[in-house]
Amino acid sequence: MTDPNWGLRESYSFDKYAIHEIRRAPSTGLYRIRGWGAKRQLPTFDDLVFLGASVSRYPLEGYREACDTSVVLGTRYAKKPIKLKIPITIAGMSFGSLSAQAKEALGRGASEVGTSTTTGDGGMTQEERGHSTQLVYQYLPSRYGMNPADLRQADAIEIVVGQGAKPGGGGVLLGQKITERVAEMRTLPEGIDQRSACRHPDWTGPDDLTIKILELREITNWEKPIYIKCGAARPYYDTMLAVKSGADVVVLDGMQGGTAATQGCYIEHVGIPTLAAVRESVRALKEIDMHRKVQLVVGGGIRSGADVAKALAMGADAVSIGTAALIALGDNDPHYEDDYRAIGSAAGYYEDFQAGNDPAGITTQDPDLAKRLDPVKAGHRLANYLRVLTLEVQTLARANGKSDVHNLEPEDLAALTVEAAAMAGVPLAGTDWIPGRGY
Amino acid sequence: MAGGSNVTVLDLERESLRAVNRRLQTVGAGAGPFRVSNPRGAHALACGLTAGIEVEIEGHTGYYCAGMNEAARVTVKGNAGVGVAENMMSGEVWVTGDASQSAAATAHGGLLVVEGNTAARCGISLKGGDIVVKGNVGHMSMFLAQAGNLVVLGDAGESLGDSIYEARIYVRGKVASLGADCIEKDMGEAHRADLAALLERAGCVDADVGAFRRYGSARALYHFKSENLDSY
Repeated sequence: MTDPNWGLRESYSFDKYAIHEIRRAPSTGLYRIRGWGAKRQLPTFDDLVFLGASVSRYPLEGYREACDTSVVLGTRYAKKPIKLKIPITIAGMSFGSLSAQAKEALGRGASEVGTSTTTGDGGMTQEERGHSTQLVYQYLPSRYGMNPADLRQADAIEIVVGQGAKPGGGGVLLGQKITERVAEMRTLPEGIDQRSACRHPDWTGPDDLTIKILELREITNWEKPIYIKCGAARPYYDTMLAVKSGADVVVLDGMQGGTAATQGCYIEHVGIPTLAAVRESVRALKEIDMHRKVQLVVGGGIRSGADVAKALAMGADAVSIGTAALIALGDNDPHYEDDYRAIGSAAGYYEDFQAGNDPAGITTQDPDLAKRLDPVKAGHRLANYLRVLTLEVQTLARANGKSDVHNLEPEDLAALTVEAAAMAGVPLAGTDWIPGRGY
Repeated sequence: MAGGSNVTVLDLERESLRAVNRRLQTVGAGAGPFRVSNPRGAHALACGLTAGIEVEIEGHTGYYCAGMNEAARVTVKGNAGVGVAENMMSGEVWVTGDASQSAAATAHGGLLVVEGNTAARCGISLKGGDIVVKGNVGHMSMFLAQAGNLVVLGDAGESLGDSIYEARIYVRGKVASLGADCIEKDMGEAHRADLAALLERAGCVDADVGAFRRYGSARALYHFKSENLDSY
């Protein structure tokens, strides 16, 4: 039977999303603000495969031979580096964008498997500190809720220069999420749109940053590892300058990295994919002989143990997850399908984290919605997810003959596309050709 | 600071920055007073203090002097570099000369007094601290300031109070221009009383409260609207 719609051809340029946005804009006069990260198709770690072991190298037995997953972050200057059992950390997400229950669940889940979680814009909550055995304190341009006591009770300090969803951008937390508690922590009137600055108020370039790091170390007795987090803009230069400024750890966030709220055009059109960013950052570290001396944490679109393993193989010391962690807690859960439909979304598609009406009770400050998330159960779900990622990384490492996941290397990888080969700097599968390196 | 034999001198020519800061950071309230000699523009000097002690620095300091100060009274007998008293929580910081940009940036509490002038962005993102500048302040001062007070006995540079929230600004001299969403506001009795108290704390006993004008937020940009496009 002939489909009568075969003659209807969707425009590649003006697809349904483009048409929807063109129709939406005139009705509101505002650009689209949303959460999540880049949603369009990008080169990813899926464009790489591991070669595995064969005659040229032998594998390790999957269920018997040990494969170390631990990592130490902050070995350069800090008196008390962070020791993680797994190479997967929880990225910075604020109380304000997330409910207190969600922050507690993140802390519980991370602690259960021996890894760290991270504060966000808006300061440190006691729910988070109390349930996180290792907590990284973000030092952000807004300095909302920033105080030296929290700095001292953190296990590491992350100076946020940018994030993958919006390199060079600040933030906005819309008024509907500025409850009394959030407003008090940020010293702002309740209910107003809260802007987070894009630049730090008391330093600009790398020379100033060097002195800022000195101050933070002096205030914390040189104990805490200092991370510098950058969105993937110019990772080769940014990594070099972060190291020059005195970082113990560089955190690099690719454009798939999520956010609580920013302009859609920013999320989709600024920054480079994680796959491309890792190679450039590692290249910088190797050129200045700081690879493995300054640790590299990579985030942005990490979903599976395969993603983690490929990031490590390309030279990262650890990864961070944000969006995936929220999904593990229960974000976009089909259990709330009817509720998602009622607010014009659907499970698996919900991205309006700025709206504060999250049916899963995670990206909200509504007390009734927030109560839907049980921090104990959600934390355990996250821990289980982290265990699965770790088991997958070990599986892939053993398949490549590695007794430590950090022994994975670019030579274990091949690219499935010319683009991925060029970005990752590994050969196109079936060849020894790396674009840009001659033949 | 009273002189005499009870003053503990910490000489940066003979001791490291770490040693001097550690000493000041670990003593209890009432210790000292302390005099830091030969600062020679050292950065991050006397930062992170937590006790109610008195510290006098004999000379110019670099970036972030008295950063994140709590309870201590720190006097810089000279000029201070970028970010003096940044993120101060409480206590007092006095600068007898000029201060560079971002003075008292994000300060949550305490009082910064600058006898001379400050450069750009004085009081940027202020969160409750008080600042008295006896000279002039540079451009973009009190940018994004959320709470607290800035008193300027001299003039203010361009874009004063840009994107200001609930902080208050009092200026005796001229204002080159006001930033987005910053307007002149009425001086009520409560404001006069607050201003008088701040002037007294800063030792400006002869200043006439009636000679000041008050500036603050028009609150027109508290909710983002595309109709406000021309404001940015």
